[in-house]
Amino acid sequence: MANMAQAIRMALHYAEKNLELKDVFGQDVGAPLGGVFTATQGLKTAWNAPLDERGIISMAMGIAMTGSRCVAEIQFCDYIFNTMDLLKIAGNTLWCTNGQYNLPMVVMTPVGAGIRGSIYHSHSFDSWASRLQGWKVVMPSNPLDAYGLLLSAIKDPNPVLFLKPKALMRVRGEELIPGEPTSEKELKAMIDAPIGDRSKWKPQWPQVKDYEVPIGKGKITRSGERLTLVSYGRHLLLCNEIADELKQENISIEVIDLRSIYPYDWQMVKESVVKTGRVLFVNEDTEVTNFGEHLVYRVVQELFYHLLARPRVIAAKNVPGIGLHPNLEDATVPQKSEIKNTLLEIINEIP
Amino acid sequence: MAASKKSTSKLKNLPPALMIQIHELMVKSRVLEERLIKIYRAGESYFWIGGPGEEAWGVPLGLLVQKGQGLKYDYLHLHYRCTPTLTAMGMEMKEAIRLMMNRATDPSTGGRNFSGHYCFPKWNVAPVTSPIEVQYSISLGTAHAQKKAGTKRISIVSGGDAGTAEGDFASCLIWASRKNQELPLLITVQNNRWGISTNFEGQHGESQIADRAKAFNIRSRVVNGNDPIESYLALKEEMDYIRSTGKPSFIEAQVSRLYGHSSASGANFIANEIDCIKEFEKKLLDAGMISKKEISHIWKKYEEEGVAMAEEARSEAAPRAESIWDHVYANNENSDWRKF
Repeated sequence: MANMAQAIRMALHYAEKNLELKDVFGQDVGAPLGGVFTATQGLKTAWNAPLDERGIISMAMGIAMTGSRCVAEIQFCDYIFNTMDLLKIAGNTLWCTNGQYNLPMVVMTPVGAGIRGSIYHSHSFDSWASRLQGWKVVMPSNPLDAYGLLLSAIKDPNPVLFLKPKALMRVRGEELIPGEPTSEKELKAMIDAPIGDRSKWKPQWPQVKDYEVPIGKGKITRSGERLTLVSYGRHLLLCNEIADELKQENISIEVIDLRSIYPYDWQMVKESVVKTGRVLFVNEDTEVTNFGEHLVYRVVQELFYHLLARPRVIAAKNVPGIGLHPNLEDATVPQKSEIKNTLLEIINEIP
Repeated sequence: MAASKKSTSKLKNLPPALMIQIHELMVKSRVLEERLIKIYRAGESYFWIGGPGEEAWGVPLGLLVQKGQGLKYDYLHLHYRCTPTLTAMGMEMKEAIRLMMNRATDPSTGGRNFSGHYCFPKWNVAPVTSPIEVQYSISLGTAHAQKKAGTKRISIVSGGDAGTAEGDFASCLIWASRKNQELPLLITVQNNRWGISTNFEGQHGESQIADRAKAFNIRSRVVNGNDPIESYLALKEEMDYIRSTGKPSFIEAQVSRLYGHSSASGANFIANEIDCIKEFEKKLLDAGMISKKEISHIWKKYEEEGVAMAEEARSEAAPRAESIWDHVYANNENSDWRKF
């Protein structure tokens, strides 16, 4: 099975070949490195940009203005903040021009902690991104979803932020990407660049096929009755683990992978919360003014009389950064034990 | 590196008909801007900003653009002082007035944005933004797409001297000039020597902004932007250079700012600035190319048109409140989270 970096690479290759994707660019995105997480290795249209995040975003905007398709990368989301007004402009261009200029562009950027990246390589961007009106925002939790969400993003006529959970870039999926060889070794030999001299290397792409994960549609990854656990990206895997563990204790948890942060799959969340009466939202962006708070607000507004317990959010601590030492990182971003304990508290709460 | 004076001298004079056309468009643009100020002062608009004083630069630019939609034509990344350029390209007075009066019929923004924030996809005119620098870096993208498409068309970006303090201006110079990856981009700065209320000396150490392009091996020059003939000849030469080489060029045009920064600073006529139209009219009169009566007729014609257009726009519909949800996403896809 492909890992997420390979899945992203194959999606970009598919789009180059079939979706008129003409430019994939960003810092170190082109040869010889092919991206710091190797997600753009071997691509025909990948090229290296100057070390200029604002230039990268605005270049993408200009390309999109001509109707041409591009995927731009900001190497780590920690460095996207100096492009904020450009992201704002990209999101408002269609609206400000009364529908005359749409910007069909994709910006992908690695997010979150989990690789001991310290202050400037551990930031999250999902809550910030949810405030960029006019953008669609997606975050996969597995390689197949990464493949399908990226193809949907490239096809979308709007600007789309594709958030890559960096801690999952080497995690293999449980499902094959359509057209992917069944052997991991075979796939690696075909599309992973060799260590050392790559000047003569060319990838042998598998015949991958079209596959879409629709933007705005979540997925129930574990069915259950006692509580709804909503997450995305890296923490979705922790939520699945917890649900599997509790299942052994006959505690049935429903896990929803939101997959799209905006627009989000409210109908899926709603139906689940109506069924379970209890809900916990989990992500690793900071806790104050967190996107999960918006979801709690909506639960309270629309589903109050279905609730059997207070809805809650687990997110990262509201501190300026994520310290390098594991003690600091672990104390800052949500850990499995914290999620599990909170979840049990909610289940045991008596209305 | 400066463009050669020899080649400029070959084009010292423009055809008389072209000079008359330039004059008329300069007057039309000025009258339009003055009408927009009057609309603001009458309380029929909330804010005015525009380009009176830049006609001798902006009109020649508009006349030289290969206008149309798509990669087979030039792209323009203008700022909010570019009424003269758009007037020369064919923008009617009523289009600017509708924008000024926030009508639903405003062709640029549908009543959503300030005066001067034009947008005309039919001519590849990118939406003007309030941040004064982002057009410099966005123009790289259209130039890149043009280069990739193999056309001889160019992207044109304009901004003011104060905006060159922003990093996007540096981005533009860096990305446009990379060796063997140069972009077909005409980079222009209209230097009116003011950044709102801060004068040129208060924010610049360089003598000429055009000198900054030299550091990137971008061909550059300074022109008297109050002289429409000099502007036209310089623009034509640089645009021809870009079309033939695919490389960028830079022009700093020294211009006047005749009504201050915007309505925020009063929008009153500044008498000690050079008025490029008055100067040009003197030259045309001295050359016997136009009479005082003809000049007077041109001013009157556009005054009357401006008044009529304002009356027309006044009677047109305002944007509907519920239209705030329109165009958040392409094809009017649902954007209201309450309806997910």
